[in-house]
Amino acid sequence: MNNQNLPDARGHFGPYGGRFVAETLMEPLRQLEEAYNRLKNDSAFRAELDKDLAYYVGRPSPLYPAERLTKSWGGAQIYLKREDLNHTGAHKINNTVGQALLAKHLGKTRIIAETGAGQHGVASATVAARLGLKCVVFMGSDDIERQSPNVYRMKLLGAEVRPVTSGTRTLKDAMNEALRDWVTNVDDTFYIIGTVAGPHPYPMLVRDFNAVVGREVIRQSQDMLGRLPDALVACVGGGSNAIGLFHPMIPHAAVKMYGVEAGGLGIASGQHAAPLSAGKPGVLHGNRTYIMADDNGQILGTHSISAGLDYPGVGPEHSWLKDSGRVSYVAVTDDEALAAFHELTRVEGIIPALESAHAVAYGKKLATQMKRDEAMVINISGRGDKDIFTIAKREGIELLK
Amino acid sequence: MSRIKTVFDALRASGRKALVPYITAGDPHPQHTVALMHALVKGGADVIELGVPFSDPMADGPVIQLACERALVHGTSLWQVVEMVAEFRKTNTTTPVVLMGYLNPIEARGFGKFADYARGAGVDGVLVVDLAVEEAPEIAPIFRAAGLDCIFLLAPTSSAARIAAIAEQASGYLYYVSLKGVTGAATLDIASVEAKLEEIRRHTKLPVAVGFGIRDADSAAKVGRVADAVVVGSALVSQIEKHQNEPALLPELLTQQLGALRAALDKLKS
Ligand SMILES: Cc1ncc(COP(=O)(O)O)c(C=O)c1O
Repeated sequence: MNNQNLPDARGHFGPYGGRFVAETLMEPLRQLEEAYNRLKNDSAFRAELDKDLAYYVGRPSPLYPAERLTKSWGGAQIYLKREDLNHTGAHKINNTVGQALLAKHLGKTRIIAETGAGQHGVASATVAARLGLKCVVFMGSDDIERQSPNVYRMKLLGAEVRPVTSGTRTLKDAMNEALRDWVTNVDDTFYIIGTVAGPHPYPMLVRDFNAVVGREVIRQSQDMLGRLPDALVACVGGGSNAIGLFHPMIPHAAVKMYGVEAGGLGIASGQHAAPLSAGKPGVLHGNRTYIMADDNGQILGTHSISAGLDYPGVGPEHSWLKDSGRVSYVAVTDDEALAAFHELTRVEGIIPALESAHAVAYGKKLATQMKRDEAMVINISGRGDKDIFTIAKREGIELLK
Repeated sequence: MSRIKTVFDALRASGRKALVPYITAGDPHPQHTVALMHALVKGGADVIELGVPFSDPMADGPVIQLACERALVHGTSLWQVVEMVAEFRKTNTTTPVVLMGYLNPIEARGFGKFADYARGAGVDGVLVVDLAVEEAPEIAPIFRAAGLDCIFLLAPTSSAARIAAIAEQASGYLYYVSLKGVTGAATLDIASVEAKLEEIRRHTKLPVAVGFGIRDADSAAKVGRVADAVVVGSALVSQIEKHQNEPALLPELLTQQLGALRAALDKLKS
């Protein structure tokens, strides 16, 4: 149950994960896996990555004791892991810095990425600019509309943002399109997947690059509390910020972990993006995992107020952690996330991403059931600047004419 | 003996190349598919690849993506596709039908249940685009046990080791994807196809079909010179798209379109 040594050699986490792609991509994936396995233990590569994380990303990010929030909720001590303070404003850069280094070592000259909220697109465009690589970001046309500040940021960074109009015009379709581009330009192109989904080795390497978050929390909580926290809470879209926080603490059985999915208009409404809470195992985007699909196996449209959580699948390791019982997966609604967004903003002066606000909303429910001498870490995976237009619109406020 | 093997053996004996059209079941509407299948046979099809529509066809270009969307608007399901084959079999017991699609719709129904139902309906083989040979050991034997041939893809990127592993699991024929790209792409490099086919044939005696990038008589003839079978998909599906609102015209149009490829291939006959 506390198995931290997955995936196995075939990229499986128990029955999940694997490599379900068309034949053309199998050899490039094998090459990526081989390069990654070689480089991850290479001291020069590690040193280069650590340097980038320290001086470019700005790590470590603080573990912030949220005293006013703690008081107002009246339960567990609340600590916020401040991934919002990273360069580009989210945890996504931890992964893109790592994958960009891989791209460089593999001699690739072109970066592609899919994006939902635009955070991963921005983080990819950022590292591409820094390395002088060409960058194309695939983004669903619906998401382009709701995340316009990030679209402009990507363009400023020199990336081409390619609207995806097929299917549901959101993250899953952007990922299809990125896979199609990769299959076509596989010789010179590196595909930076933005979450712990996709075919092996992506779920493993995206996890490893984000695990710096959990490793820091272990150190920081030892310093501040003299022990590990009692509970961890993170939002789950594809699941990269959550697995980054959780993974290093999987062997520490006393640490409870909660992954928070997008409950949208409520699980019962069917309008949500919560495959772990309400889906079933299937195959999507190259791996077997919990997905949202109908009885005929067609992938269902999803709904979340948060573009970054609006995805019908989830990283395969989360499916494994769900079945093994090591992590509890729950969902909160759009309205609950929105309320948490305002509460954190007003009580602590921290504007969280709408994605992260889902974690805050569940953290509040959980805190009140915990003792005052217990400690909870909530991952603030990103900052909310990108969401202010969405929120203003929803609240009937017109920001720009 | 499998219907696929029977057809390829006969073609080989007579020195002819197989013509393998692809259409997406349910496009433009489920009620037309069986008629279109018969039209393809009339146009010279040796094997039919019938696409099972999927919401997320990640290996397909825009033409087949849209075909899937048209089919799914009418709710075309895997079970309906199998039933279309049963209907087709009422008047055609010789032309092999291979279902081509993605894993999830099959997994959702259960591999064993699907295999039995499909075989019972007269389906001859399955080509699951996203079922790589590494993941196949748990799944392909179920299909084979029901009597379905398992057709696998090979690609320009397939290494010698992969070709060997795939050839070992495959039956019926192998499908070589002529280019790095998605369906509907239009860059065919016949010299590199020929070189790769030579490599593939060192590992297998199975017939090798070539698809992706074949649009017309000319490209079919070029590929027919080096391959055992020529697959044409997006070009037919484009025709269906163009005439989706006048479906009564489609059978004759498809017969003619495929007929031109048939004639080009038959001219190659040595
Ligand atoms: C700030 C933020 N948090 C969370 C997510 C969800 O992704 P993941 O579950 O991979 O962390 C996103 C995705 O765009 C994001 O931008």
